Amino acid sequence: MSFSIEQILRGDLPRGGQSPPAAADPGLLPVSLRINGHDYHLQLESRVSLLDALREFIGLTGTKKGCNQGACGACTVLVDGERVNSCLTFAVMHEGQEITTIEGLGQPDNLHPLQAAFIEHDGFQCGYCTPGQICSALAMLKEVAQGDASLATSDLTKAEVDLTDEEIRERMSGNICRCGAYLGIVDSIRDVYEQQKGQ
Amino acid sequence: MRAFTYTRAADTSAALGAAIQNPEAKFIGGGTNLVDLMREEVERPNEVIDINRLPLSQIEELPDGGLRLGALARNSHTANHLLVRQRYPVLTQAILSAASPQLRNLATNAGNLLQRTRCYYFYDITAPCNKRQPGSGCAAIGGFNRIHAILGTSEQCIATHPSDMAVALAALDATVQVQSANGQHSIPIEAFHRLPGDTPEQDTNLGHDELITAIDLPATPFATSSLYLKVRDRPSFAFALVSVAAVLKVADSQIKNVRLALGGVAHKPWRAHAAEEILTGAQPTAEIFRRAAEAELQAAIGYEHNAFKIELAKRTIVRALTTLTERHLA
Ligand SMILES: Cc1cc2nc3c(=O)[nH]c(=O)nc-3n(C[C@H](O)[C@H](O)[C@H](O)COP(=O)(O)OP(=O)(O)OC[C@H]3O[C@@H](n4cnc5c(N)ncnc54)[C@H](O)[C@@H]3O)c2cc1C
Ligand code: SF4
Ligand code: FES
Ligand code: FES
Repeated sequence: MSFSIEQILRGDLPRGGQSPPAAADPGLLPVSLRINGHDYHLQLESRVSLLDALREFIGLTGTKKGCNQGACGACTVLVDGERVNSCLTFAVMHEGQEITTIEGLGQPDNLHPLQAAFIEHDGFQCGYCTPGQICSALAMLKEVAQGDASLATSDLTKAEVDLTDEEIRERMSGNICRCGAYLGIVDSIRDVYEQQKGQ
Repeated sequence: MRAFTYTRAADTSAALGAAIQNPEAKFIGGGTNLVDLMREEVERPNEVIDINRLPLSQIEELPDGGLRLGALARNSHTANHLLVRQRYPVLTQAILSAASPQLRNLATNAGNLLQRTRCYYFYDITAPCNKRQPGSGCAAIGGFNRIHAILGTSEQCIATHPSDMAVALAALDATVQVQSANGQHSIPIEAFHRLPGDTPEQDTNLGHDELITAIDLPATPFATSSLYLKVRDRPSFAFALVSVAAVLKVADSQIKNVRLALGGVAHKPWRAHAAEEILTGAQPTAEIFRRAAEAELQAAIGYEHNAFKIELAKRTIVRALTTLTERHLA
Protein backbone atom coordinates (compact mmCIF):
# COMPACT_ATOMS: atom_id res chain seq x y z
CA MET A 1 0.00 0.00 0.00
CA SER A 2 1.34 3.48 -0.73
CA PHE A 3 0.42 6.72 0.96
CA SER A 4 0.25 10.23 -0.34
CA ILE A 5 2.47 12.83 1.27
CA GLU A 6 -0.67 14.61 2.47
CA GLN A 7 -1.76 11.50 4.31
CA ILE A 8 1.58 11.19 6.02
CA LEU A 9 1.57 14.86 6.96
CA ARG A 10 -1.90 14.54 8.41
CA GLY A 11 -0.79 11.53 10.44
CA ASP A 12 -3.72 9.86 8.77
CA LEU A 13 -2.38 6.48 7.73
CA PRO A 14 -4.86 3.61 7.53
CA ARG A 15 -4.62 1.51 10.70
CA GLY A 16 -4.22 -2.25 10.36
CA GLY A 17 -6.60 -2.49 7.43
CA GLN A 18 -9.50 -1.89 9.86
CA SER A 19 -11.01 1.22 8.40
CA PRO A 20 -13.51 1.08 5.61
CA PRO A 21 -13.03 4.06 3.28
CA ALA A 22 -14.18 7.36 4.73
CA ALA A 23 -17.56 8.67 3.68
CA ALA A 24 -17.94 11.74 1.48
CA ASP A 25 -14.86 13.90 2.02
CA PRO A 26 -15.97 17.26 3.40
CA GLY A 27 -12.87 18.79 1.81
CA LEU A 28 -10.82 21.79 2.79
CA LEU A 29 -11.93 24.72 4.91
CA PRO A 30 -10.48 28.20 4.93
CA VAL A 31 -8.97 28.59 8.41
CA SER A 32 -7.39 31.81 9.68
CA LEU A 33 -5.11 31.56 12.67
CA ARG A 34 -3.25 34.31 14.51
CA ILE A 35 0.06 32.92 15.72
CA ASN A 36 2.82 34.90 17.43
CA GLY A 37 1.24 38.09 16.13
CA HIS A 38 1.04 36.98 12.48
CA ASP A 39 -2.09 36.02 10.57
CA TYR A 40 -2.00 32.78 8.62
CA HIS A 41 -4.69 31.97 6.08
CA LEU A 42 -4.77 28.24 5.50
CA GLN A 43 -6.83 25.63 3.70
CA LEU A 44 -7.20 22.74 6.13
CA GLU A 45 -9.29 19.67 6.64
CA SER A 46 -11.44 19.92 9.75
CA ARG A 47 -9.59 16.97 11.29
CA VAL A 48 -6.20 18.74 11.36
CA SER A 49 -5.15 19.28 14.97
CA LEU A 50 -3.76 22.61 16.10
CA LEU A 51 -0.43 20.82 16.57
CA ASP A 52 -0.33 19.52 12.99
CA ALA A 53 -1.41 22.90 11.65
CA LEU A 54 1.55 24.52 13.41
CA ARG A 55 4.13 21.95 12.45
CA GLU A 56 3.08 20.57 9.08
CA PHE A 57 1.14 23.39 7.47
CA ILE A 58 2.83 26.50 8.84
CA GLY A 59 6.30 25.12 9.49
CA LEU A 60 6.52 26.19 13.12
CA THR A 61 8.24 23.01 14.26
CA GLY A 62 9.32 24.29 17.66
CA THR A 63 6.16 22.78 19.15
CA LYS A 64 6.72 19.04 19.46
CA LYS A 65 4.57 15.94 19.06
CA GLY A 66 5.34 13.41 21.77
CA CYS A 67 2.34 11.19 22.47
CA ASN A 68 -0.41 12.86 20.39
CA GLN A 69 -2.86 11.91 23.17
CA GLY A 70 -2.60 14.56 25.87
CA ALA A 71 -0.26 12.62 28.11
CA CYS A 72 3.16 14.27 27.68
CA GLY A 73 2.79 18.05 27.28
CA ALA A 74 5.40 18.36 24.48
CA CYS A 75 2.76 20.06 22.33
CA THR A 76 1.90 22.75 24.90
CA VAL A 77 1.17 26.17 23.39
CA LEU A 78 -0.63 29.23 24.72
CA VAL A 79 -4.12 30.09 23.50
CA ASP A 80 -5.18 33.54 24.70
CA GLY A 81 -2.43 33.19 27.29
CA GLU A 82 -3.61 29.84 28.66
CA ARG A 83 -1.53 26.69 28.27
CA VAL A 84 -3.22 23.90 26.32
CA ASN A 85 -2.28 20.63 24.61
CA SER A 86 -2.37 21.45 20.90
CA CYS A 87 -2.64 17.75 19.98
CA LEU A 88 -6.16 17.35 21.41
CA THR A 89 -7.89 20.23 19.72
CA PHE A 90 -8.76 20.97 16.10
CA ALA A 91 -7.08 23.97 14.46
CA VAL A 92 -10.36 25.27 13.04
CA MET A 93 -11.71 25.72 16.58
CA HIS A 94 -9.15 28.44 17.29
CA GLU A 95 -10.01 31.08 14.73
CA GLY A 96 -10.05 34.49 16.36
CA GLN A 97 -7.78 33.48 19.24
CA GLU A 98 -4.21 34.55 19.94
CA ILE A 99 -1.87 31.56 19.73
CA THR A 100 1.68 31.74 21.09
CA THR A 101 4.33 29.11 20.45
CA ILE A 102 7.93 28.84 21.58
CA GLU A 103 8.94 30.74 18.41
CA GLY A 104 6.97 33.71 19.74
CA LEU A 105 8.77 33.89 23.09
CA GLY A 106 12.35 34.71 22.24
CA GLN A 107 15.06 34.56 19.59
CA PRO A 108 18.60 33.14 19.80
CA ASP A 109 20.03 36.62 20.28
CA ASN A 110 17.23 37.75 22.58
CA LEU A 111 16.18 34.89 24.80
CA HIS A 112 13.12 34.91 26.99
CA PRO A 113 14.16 34.77 30.69
CA LEU A 114 12.79 31.22 30.91
CA GLN A 115 14.83 30.13 27.90
CA ALA A 116 17.95 31.66 29.43
CA ALA A 117 17.22 30.00 32.78
CA PHE A 118 16.77 26.57 31.18
CA ILE A 119 20.24 26.93 29.64
CA GLU A 120 21.76 28.22 32.86
CA HIS A 121 20.28 25.45 35.04
CA ASP A 122 20.55 22.50 32.63
CA GLY A 123 16.77 22.32 32.35
CA PHE A 124 17.07 19.86 29.46
CA GLN A 125 19.19 17.19 27.83
CA CYS A 126 17.82 16.22 24.42
CA GLY A 127 15.53 19.27 24.35
CA TYR A 128 12.49 17.53 22.91
CA CYS A 129 10.18 18.39 25.79
CA THR A 130 11.68 21.87 26.29
CA PRO A 131 9.41 24.06 24.11
CA GLY A 132 6.41 22.54 25.88
CA GLN A 133 8.05 22.92 29.28
CA ILE A 134 8.81 26.60 28.66
CA CYS A 135 5.36 27.49 27.29
CA SER A 136 3.84 25.61 30.21
CA ALA A 137 6.09 27.32 32.76
CA LEU A 138 5.26 30.76 31.37
CA ALA A 139 1.52 30.20 31.82
CA MET A 140 2.12 28.55 35.16
CA LEU A 141 3.85 31.65 36.51
CA LYS A 142 0.89 33.73 35.38
CA GLU A 143 -1.49 31.32 37.16
CA VAL A 144 0.58 31.66 40.33
CA ALA A 145 0.52 35.45 40.05
CA GLN A 146 -3.27 35.44 39.83
CA GLY A 147 -3.54 33.16 42.87
CA ASP A 148 -4.71 29.94 41.22
CA ALA A 149 -4.55 26.90 43.47
CA SER A 150 -3.02 23.50 42.76
CA LEU A 151 -3.47 20.20 44.53
CA ALA A 152 -0.36 21.08 46.56
CA THR A 153 -2.03 24.25 47.92
CA SER A 154 -3.01 23.67 51.54
CA ASP A 155 -5.32 26.63 52.12
CA LEU A 156 -7.81 26.97 49.28
CA THR A 157 -9.62 29.91 50.85
CA LYS A 158 -6.63 32.21 50.29
CA ALA A 159 -5.90 33.27 46.74
CA GLU A 160 -2.18 33.48 47.37
CA VAL A 161 0.43 30.93 46.44
CA ASP A 162 3.64 30.10 48.23
CA LEU A 163 5.55 28.63 45.31
CA THR A 164 7.45 25.79 46.98
CA ASP A 165 9.29 23.17 44.94
CA GLU A 166 6.39 20.82 45.67
CA GLU A 167 4.04 23.40 44.13
CA ILE A 168 6.25 23.77 41.05
CA ARG A 169 6.35 20.00 40.57
CA GLU A 170 2.59 19.59 40.91
CA ARG A 171 1.91 22.52 38.60
CA MET A 172 4.32 21.19 35.97
CA SER A 173 3.16 17.56 36.10
CA GLY A 174 1.53 17.89 32.68
CA ASN A 175 4.98 18.07 31.09
CA ILE A 176 6.89 14.82 31.03
CA CYS A 177 10.65 14.82 30.42
CA ARG A 178 11.96 11.57 29.00
CA CYS A 179 15.51 12.60 29.93
CA GLY A 180 14.56 13.25 33.54
CA ALA A 181 15.84 16.83 33.60
CA TYR A 182 13.29 17.65 36.31
CA LEU A 183 15.74 19.04 38.87
CA GLY A 184 17.04 21.57 36.37
CA ILE A 185 13.52 22.41 35.22
CA VAL A 186 12.40 23.17 38.78
CA ASP A 187 15.53 25.26 39.37
CA SER A 188 14.98 27.23 36.15
CA ILE A 189 11.39 28.04 37.02
CA ARG A 190 12.18 29.00 40.60
CA ASP A 191 14.95 31.28 39.34
CA VAL A 192 12.63 33.15 36.96
CA TYR A 193 9.90 33.32 39.62
CA GLU A 194 12.35 34.94 42.03
CA GLN A 195 13.62 37.35 39.36
CA GLN A 196 10.02 38.41 38.69
CA LYS A 197 9.24 38.79 42.38
CA GLY A 198 12.34 40.93 42.86
CA GLN A 199 11.15 43.38 40.22
CA MET B 1 -9.08 9.78 11.84
CA ARG B 2 -12.18 9.88 9.64
CA ALA B 3 -13.04 13.08 7.83
CA PHE B 4 -16.01 15.00 9.21
CA THR B 5 -18.05 18.11 8.61
CA TYR B 6 -17.26 20.94 11.00
CA THR B 7 -20.23 22.98 12.17
CA ARG B 8 -19.70 26.00 14.38
CA ALA B 9 -22.90 26.62 16.32
CA ALA B 10 -23.69 30.27 16.94
CA ASP B 11 -26.27 29.61 19.64
CA THR B 12 -27.98 26.83 21.57
CA SER B 13 -30.80 26.34 19.11
CA ALA B 14 -28.37 26.03 16.20
CA ALA B 15 -26.39 23.43 18.17
CA LEU B 16 -29.52 21.46 19.02
CA GLY B 17 -30.86 21.78 15.49
CA ALA B 18 -27.67 20.37 14.01
CA ALA B 19 -27.76 17.44 16.46
CA ILE B 20 -31.41 16.70 15.75
CA GLN B 21 -30.79 16.69 12.00
CA ASN B 22 -27.83 14.34 12.18
CA PRO B 23 -27.87 11.35 14.55
CA GLU B 24 -24.18 10.76 13.70
CA ALA B 25 -23.08 14.23 14.83
CA LYS B 26 -21.22 14.92 18.09
CA PHE B 27 -20.85 18.10 20.12
CA ILE B 28 -17.30 19.14 20.93
CA GLY B 29 -16.27 21.04 24.08
CA GLY B 30 -12.57 21.01 24.91
CA GLY B 31 -12.09 18.00 22.67
CA THR B 32 -9.66 16.36 25.09
CA ASN B 33 -11.65 13.13 25.11
CA LEU B 34 -13.46 13.29 21.78
CA VAL B 35 -10.40 14.10 19.63
CA ASP B 36 -8.46 11.29 21.30
CA LEU B 37 -11.27 8.78 20.68
CA MET B 38 -11.76 9.98 17.09
CA ARG B 39 -8.07 9.53 16.40
CA GLU B 40 -8.36 5.93 17.64
CA GLU B 41 -11.57 5.57 15.59
CA VAL B 42 -13.49 4.54 18.68
CA GLU B 43 -15.75 7.52 17.97
CA ARG B 44 -16.55 8.12 14.31
CA PRO B 45 -18.86 11.13 14.02
CA ASN B 46 -19.36 12.35 10.46
CA GLU B 47 -20.08 15.83 11.85
CA VAL B 48 -18.61 17.70 14.81
CA ILE B 49 -20.68 20.53 16.26
CA ASP B 50 -18.44 23.11 17.94
CA ILE B 51 -20.33 24.57 20.90
CA ASN B 52 -17.50 26.72 22.22
CA ARG B 53 -19.09 29.99 21.08
CA LEU B 54 -22.25 29.35 23.10
CA PRO B 55 -22.64 31.66 26.12
CA LEU B 56 -22.41 28.84 28.68
CA SER B 57 -19.13 29.66 30.43
CA GLN B 58 -20.44 31.58 33.43
CA ILE B 59 -20.21 30.57 37.05
CA GLU B 60 -22.91 32.37 39.02
CA GLU B 61 -24.67 32.30 42.36
CA LEU B 62 -28.22 30.96 42.45
CA PRO B 63 -30.93 32.75 44.45
CA ASP B 64 -31.02 29.91 47.02
CA GLY B 65 -27.31 30.30 47.77
CA GLY B 66 -26.21 27.51 45.44
CA LEU B 67 -23.89 27.86 42.48
CA ARG B 68 -24.46 27.35 38.75
CA LEU B 69 -21.44 26.08 36.85
CA GLY B 70 -21.72 26.74 33.12
CA ALA B 71 -21.38 23.70 30.87
CA LEU B 72 -18.56 25.38 28.96
CA ALA B 73 -16.72 26.80 31.95
CA ARG B 74 -13.28 25.21 31.82
CA ASN B 75 -12.33 22.79 34.56
CA SER B 76 -9.44 25.10 35.56
CA HIS B 77 -11.72 28.11 35.86
CA THR B 78 -14.31 26.15 37.85
CA ALA B 79 -11.77 24.75 40.32
CA ASN B 80 -10.33 28.20 40.90
CA HIS B 81 -13.52 30.19 41.24
CA LEU B 82 -13.26 31.68 44.71
CA LEU B 83 -16.79 30.63 45.71
CA VAL B 84 -16.06 27.03 44.70
CA ARG B 85 -12.80 27.08 46.63
CA GLN B 86 -14.45 28.48 49.73
CA ARG B 87 -17.78 26.65 49.73
CA TYR B 88 -17.05 23.36 47.97
CA PRO B 89 -13.35 22.56 48.51
CA VAL B 90 -14.03 18.90 47.64
CA LEU B 91 -14.89 19.98 44.10
CA THR B 92 -11.80 22.15 43.71
CA GLN B 93 -9.60 19.30 44.90
CA ALA B 94 -11.31 16.72 42.70
CA ILE B 95 -10.82 18.85 39.59
CA LEU B 96 -7.25 19.80 40.48
CA SER B 97 -6.40 16.12 41.01
CA ALA B 98 -7.53 15.28 37.49
CA ALA B 99 -5.48 15.30 34.29
CA SER B 100 -2.95 18.17 33.94
CA PRO B 101 -3.18 21.97 34.02
CA GLN B 102 -3.05 22.11 30.20
CA LEU B 103 -5.88 19.58 29.88
CA ARG B 104 -7.97 21.31 32.54
CA ASN B 105 -7.67 24.57 30.57
CA LEU B 106 -9.34 22.86 27.62
CA ALA B 107 -11.71 20.50 29.44
CA THR B 108 -15.25 21.76 29.95
CA ASN B 109 -17.55 20.84 32.82
CA ALA B 110 -20.03 19.10 30.51
CA GLY B 111 -17.33 17.26 28.59
CA ASN B 112 -15.84 16.07 31.86
CA LEU B 113 -19.14 14.42 32.87
CA LEU B 114 -19.41 12.78 29.46
CA GLN B 115 -15.84 11.52 29.14
CA ARG B 116 -15.74 7.84 28.36
CA THR B 117 -14.08 4.97 30.18
CA ARG B 118 -10.32 4.43 30.05
CA CYS B 119 -10.78 0.64 29.75
CA TYR B 120 -7.88 -0.42 27.50
CA TYR B 121 -10.09 -2.73 25.43
CA PHE B 122 -12.61 0.00 24.80
CA TYR B 123 -9.75 2.00 23.23
CA ASP B 124 -8.42 -0.95 21.21
CA ILE B 125 -10.71 -1.30 18.20
CA THR B 126 -9.41 -4.81 17.51
CA ALA B 127 -10.66 -6.12 20.90
CA PRO B 128 -14.18 -7.31 21.72
CA CYS B 129 -16.00 -4.70 23.79
CA ASN B 130 -19.72 -4.51 24.48
CA LYS B 131 -19.52 -0.80 25.20
CA ARG B 132 -17.94 0.03 21.85
CA GLN B 133 -19.65 -2.69 19.85
CA PRO B 134 -22.71 -4.14 21.59
CA GLY B 135 -22.79 -7.93 21.54
CA SER B 136 -19.09 -8.39 20.78
CA GLY B 137 -18.17 -9.52 24.30
CA CYS B 138 -16.04 -8.04 27.07
CA ALA B 139 -12.30 -8.51 26.77
CA ALA B 140 -11.70 -7.13 30.26
CA ILE B 141 -13.57 -9.78 32.24
CA GLY B 142 -11.10 -12.52 31.31
CA GLY B 143 -8.28 -10.11 30.46
CA PHE B 144 -6.19 -7.58 32.34
CA ASN B 145 -8.63 -5.79 34.61
CA ARG B 146 -6.57 -3.94 37.19
CA ILE B 147 -8.32 -0.59 36.64
CA HIS B 148 -11.82 -2.04 36.45
CA ALA B 149 -14.92 -1.87 38.62
CA ILE B 150 -15.78 -3.77 41.79
CA LEU B 151 -19.30 -2.46 42.41
CA GLY B 152 -22.38 -2.52 40.20
CA THR B 153 -20.73 -4.50 37.39
CA SER B 154 -22.58 -6.74 34.95
CA GLU B 155 -21.62 -9.72 32.85
CA GLN B 156 -21.57 -7.33 29.89
CA CYS B 157 -19.13 -4.72 31.21
CA ILE B 158 -16.90 -3.99 34.21
CA ALA B 159 -15.64 -0.56 33.14
CA THR B 160 -15.27 2.40 35.50
CA HIS B 161 -16.21 6.01 34.92
CA PRO B 162 -12.93 7.94 35.05
CA SER B 163 -14.09 11.41 36.11
CA ASP B 164 -12.89 12.82 39.42
CA MET B 165 -15.10 15.89 39.18
CA ALA B 166 -18.23 13.73 38.89
CA VAL B 167 -17.39 11.97 42.17
CA ALA B 168 -17.32 15.29 44.01
CA LEU B 169 -20.57 16.31 42.28
CA ALA B 170 -22.19 13.08 43.52
CA ALA B 171 -21.24 13.94 47.10
CA LEU B 172 -22.65 17.44 46.60
CA ASP B 173 -26.05 16.32 45.19
CA ALA B 174 -25.50 18.36 42.03
CA THR B 175 -28.06 18.48 39.22
CA VAL B 176 -27.29 18.52 35.52
CA GLN B 177 -29.21 21.14 33.54
CA VAL B 178 -30.21 19.93 30.09
CA GLN B 179 -31.66 21.71 27.07
CA SER B 180 -33.50 19.77 24.39
CA ALA B 181 -35.93 20.73 21.62
CA ASN B 182 -38.70 20.14 24.17
CA GLY B 183 -37.30 22.61 26.66
CA GLN B 184 -35.12 22.67 29.73
CA HIS B 185 -35.03 19.91 32.36
CA SER B 186 -32.66 18.77 35.05
CA ILE B 187 -31.25 15.39 36.00
CA PRO B 188 -29.94 14.67 39.51
CA ILE B 189 -26.30 13.62 39.25
CA GLU B 190 -27.06 10.19 40.68
CA ALA B 191 -29.50 9.51 37.85
CA PHE B 192 -27.21 10.94 35.19
CA HIS B 193 -24.67 8.13 34.78
CA ARG B 194 -25.84 4.53 34.45
CA LEU B 195 -24.72 1.12 35.61
CA PRO B 196 -23.74 -1.14 32.69
CA GLY B 197 -26.48 -3.79 32.96
CA ASP B 198 -27.34 -5.12 29.51
CA THR B 199 -26.68 -1.79 27.80
CA PRO B 200 -23.08 -0.82 28.59
CA GLU B 201 -22.99 1.21 25.37
CA GLN B 202 -25.08 3.83 27.20
CA ASP B 203 -22.94 5.66 29.72
CA THR B 204 -25.58 8.19 30.74
CA ASN B 205 -29.26 9.05 30.48
CA LEU B 206 -28.56 12.03 28.25
CA GLY B 207 -30.12 11.81 24.78
CA HIS B 208 -28.14 12.38 21.59
CA ASP B 209 -29.93 15.64 20.85
CA GLU B 210 -29.77 17.00 24.37
CA LEU B 211 -27.25 19.65 25.38
CA ILE B 212 -25.90 20.15 28.89
CA THR B 213 -26.11 23.84 29.72
CA ALA B 214 -24.96 23.88 33.35
CA ILE B 215 -24.35 21.94 36.53
CA ASP B 216 -26.06 23.27 39.66
CA LEU B 217 -24.70 22.88 43.18
CA PRO B 218 -27.28 23.25 45.94
CA ALA B 219 -26.43 25.44 48.92
CA THR B 220 -24.58 23.10 51.30
CA PRO B 221 -23.10 25.07 54.20
CA PHE B 222 -21.42 22.03 55.76
CA ALA B 223 -19.55 21.31 52.50
CA THR B 224 -16.86 23.74 53.69
CA SER B 225 -15.68 20.68 55.63
CA SER B 226 -14.95 18.36 52.74
CA LEU B 227 -12.09 16.72 50.89
CA TYR B 228 -11.20 14.62 47.89
CA LEU B 229 -8.77 11.80 48.47
CA LYS B 230 -7.41 10.17 45.33
CA VAL B 231 -5.24 7.04 45.36
CA ARG B 232 -3.27 6.38 42.17
CA ASP B 233 -0.09 4.84 40.81
CA ARG B 234 1.81 8.13 40.85
CA PRO B 235 0.99 11.23 42.89
CA SER B 236 0.11 13.51 39.98
CA PHE B 237 -1.33 13.26 36.44
CA ALA B 238 -2.82 9.77 36.75
CA PHE B 239 -6.33 8.41 36.88
CA ALA B 240 -7.71 7.19 40.22
CA LEU B 241 -7.45 3.59 41.30
CA VAL B 242 -9.85 4.51 44.06
CA SER B 243 -11.01 7.92 45.22
CA VAL B 244 -13.31 9.26 47.91
CA ALA B 245 -15.22 12.53 48.01
CA ALA B 246 -16.22 13.17 51.60
CA VAL B 247 -18.27 15.89 53.26
CA LEU B 248 -18.53 15.71 57.04
CA LYS B 249 -19.99 17.85 59.79
CA VAL B 250 -19.30 16.88 63.39
CA ALA B 251 -20.82 18.73 66.35
CA ASP B 252 -21.05 17.71 70.02
CA SER B 253 -19.02 14.56 69.23
CA GLN B 254 -21.70 13.47 66.80
CA ILE B 255 -21.79 13.18 63.02
CA LYS B 256 -24.47 15.65 61.97
CA ASN B 257 -24.06 15.46 58.20
CA VAL B 258 -22.09 13.11 56.03
CA ARG B 259 -21.81 12.57 52.29
CA LEU B 260 -19.56 10.00 50.71
CA ALA B 261 -18.98 9.10 47.06
CA LEU B 262 -16.41 6.75 45.56
CA GLY B 263 -14.54 6.94 42.27
CA GLY B 264 -12.63 4.27 40.37
CA VAL B 265 -14.91 1.51 41.64
CA ALA B 266 -17.96 1.56 39.37
CA HIS B 267 -19.45 2.49 36.00
CA LYS B 268 -20.70 5.69 37.66
CA PRO B 269 -19.69 7.85 40.61
CA TRP B 270 -20.72 5.64 43.53
CA ARG B 271 -22.67 7.41 46.24
CA ALA B 272 -22.12 5.47 49.46
CA HIS B 273 -25.62 5.53 50.93
CA ALA B 274 -25.14 2.43 53.10
CA ALA B 275 -22.08 3.95 54.76
CA GLU B 276 -23.79 7.31 55.22
CA GLU B 277 -26.70 5.66 56.99
CA ILE B 278 -24.42 3.98 59.52
CA LEU B 279 -22.45 7.15 60.12
CA THR B 280 -25.27 9.65 60.52
CA GLY B 281 -25.84 10.41 64.19
CA ALA B 282 -22.95 8.21 65.34
CA GLN B 283 -19.84 9.24 67.22
CA PRO B 284 -16.94 9.71 64.82
CA THR B 285 -14.63 6.84 65.79
CA ALA B 286 -12.22 4.67 63.80
CA GLU B 287 -14.45 1.65 64.49
CA ILE B 288 -17.59 3.21 63.05
CA PHE B 289 -15.68 4.48 59.99
CA ARG B 290 -14.43 0.96 59.33
CA ARG B 291 -17.88 -0.53 59.88
CA ALA B 292 -19.43 1.94 57.45
CA ALA B 293 -16.74 1.15 54.86
CA GLU B 294 -17.30 -2.61 55.29
CA ALA B 295 -21.03 -2.16 54.77
CA GLU B 296 -20.56 -0.14 51.59
CA LEU B 297 -18.13 -2.64 50.06
CA GLN B 298 -20.08 -5.72 51.16
CA ALA B 299 -21.42 -6.39 47.68
CA ALA B 300 -18.09 -5.73 45.95
CA ILE B 301 -16.77 -8.33 43.50
CA GLY B 302 -13.09 -8.46 42.61
CA TYR B 303 -11.74 -9.78 39.31
CA GLU B 304 -8.32 -11.27 38.69
CA HIS B 305 -6.27 -8.07 38.93
CA ASN B 306 -8.47 -5.57 40.74
CA ALA B 307 -9.49 -7.36 43.94
CA PHE B 308 -7.04 -5.12 45.82
CA LYS B 309 -9.45 -2.24 45.24
CA ILE B 310 -11.93 -3.65 47.77
CA GLU B 311 -9.62 -3.22 50.75
CA LEU B 312 -8.14 -0.06 49.23
CA ALA B 313 -11.58 1.53 48.99
CA LYS B 314 -12.34 0.72 52.62
CA ARG B 315 -9.07 2.22 53.81
CA THR B 316 -9.52 5.29 51.66
CA ILE B 317 -12.96 5.89 53.16
CA VAL B 318 -11.58 5.53 56.68
CA ARG B 319 -8.69 7.87 55.97
CA ALA B 320 -10.90 10.54 54.41
CA LEU B 321 -13.28 10.50 57.37
CA THR B 322 -10.44 10.44 59.89
CA THR B 323 -8.77 13.42 58.24
CA LEU B 324 -11.96 15.48 58.29
CA THR B 325 -12.71 14.53 61.91
CA GLU B 326 -9.22 15.55 62.99
CA ARG B 327 -9.72 18.90 61.30
CA HIS B 328 -12.91 19.39 63.32
CA LEU B 329 -11.05 18.67 66.54
CA ALA B 330 -8.10 20.88 65.65
C1 LIG C 1 -3.82 12.19 29.44
C2 LIG C 1 -5.15 12.45 30.11
C3 LIG C 1 -5.27 12.28 31.46
C4 LIG C 1 -6.50 12.52 32.09
N1 LIG C 1 -6.60 12.32 33.44
C5 LIG C 1 -7.80 12.51 34.05
C6 LIG C 1 -7.99 12.28 35.45
O1 LIG C 1 -7.05 11.92 36.18
N2 LIG C 1 -9.23 12.48 35.99
C7 LIG C 1 -10.28 12.89 35.23
O2 LIG C 1 -11.36 13.08 35.78
N3 LIG C 1 -10.15 13.11 33.92
C8 LIG C 1 -8.95 12.92 33.32
N4 LIG C 1 -8.83 13.12 31.97
C9 LIG C 1 -10.03 13.35 31.18
C10 LIG C 1 -10.42 14.80 31.03
O3 LIG C 1 -10.85 15.29 32.29
C11 LIG C 1 -11.56 14.83 30.02
O4 LIG C 1 -11.03 14.48 28.75
C12 LIG C 1 -12.24 16.18 29.91
O5 LIG C 1 -12.82 16.54 31.15
C13 LIG C 1 -13.32 16.14 28.84
O6 LIG C 1 -13.84 17.44 28.66
P1 LIG C 1 -13.87 18.12 27.18
O7 LIG C 1 -14.58 19.39 27.29
O8 LIG C 1 -12.50 18.15 26.62
O9 LIG C 1 -14.75 17.03 26.44
P2 LIG C 1 -14.90 16.72 24.88
O10 LIG C 1 -13.81 15.79 24.49
O11 LIG C 1 -15.08 17.96 24.11
O12 LIG C 1 -16.30 15.96 24.91
C14 LIG C 1 -16.50 14.75 25.61
C15 LIG C 1 -17.92 14.28 25.29
O13 LIG C 1 -18.88 15.17 25.83
C16 LIG C 1 -19.78 15.61 24.82
N5 LIG C 1 -20.15 16.98 25.19
C17 LIG C 1 -19.28 17.99 25.48
N6 LIG C 1 -19.97 19.08 25.90
C18 LIG C 1 -21.29 18.75 25.87
C19 LIG C 1 -22.49 19.45 26.20
N7 LIG C 1 -22.47 20.72 26.65
N8 LIG C 1 -23.67 18.81 26.08
C20 LIG C 1 -23.70 17.53 25.63
N9 LIG C 1 -22.60 16.83 25.28
C21 LIG C 1 -21.41 17.42 25.42
C22 LIG C 1 -19.04 15.44 23.53
O14 LIG C 1 -19.94 15.21 22.46
C23 LIG C 1 -18.20 14.20 23.80
O15 LIG C 1 -18.94 13.05 23.56
C24 LIG C 1 -7.61 12.93 31.32
C25 LIG C 1 -7.48 13.12 29.96
C26 LIG C 1 -6.27 12.89 29.32
C27 LIG C 1 -6.16 13.09 27.87
S1 SF4 D 1 -15.14 -3.57 30.59
FE1 SF4 D 1 -16.73 -2.57 29.34
S2 SF4 D 1 -15.52 -1.10 28.19
FE2 SF4 D 1 -14.04 -2.64 28.90
S3 SF4 D 1 -13.95 -4.28 27.33
FE3 SF4 D 1 -15.53 -4.87 28.77
S4 SF4 D 1 -17.37 -4.05 27.78
FE4 SF4 D 1 -15.69 -2.92 26.88
S1 FES E 1 1.82 15.48 22.07
FE1 FES E 1 0.21 16.55 23.02
S2 FES E 1 0.39 15.92 25.07
FE2 FES E 1 1.84 14.62 24.09
S1 FES F 1 15.09 17.06 27.73
FE1 FES F 1 14.83 15.18 26.69
S2 FES F 1 12.71 14.85 27.04
FE2 FES F 1 13.10 16.47 28.37
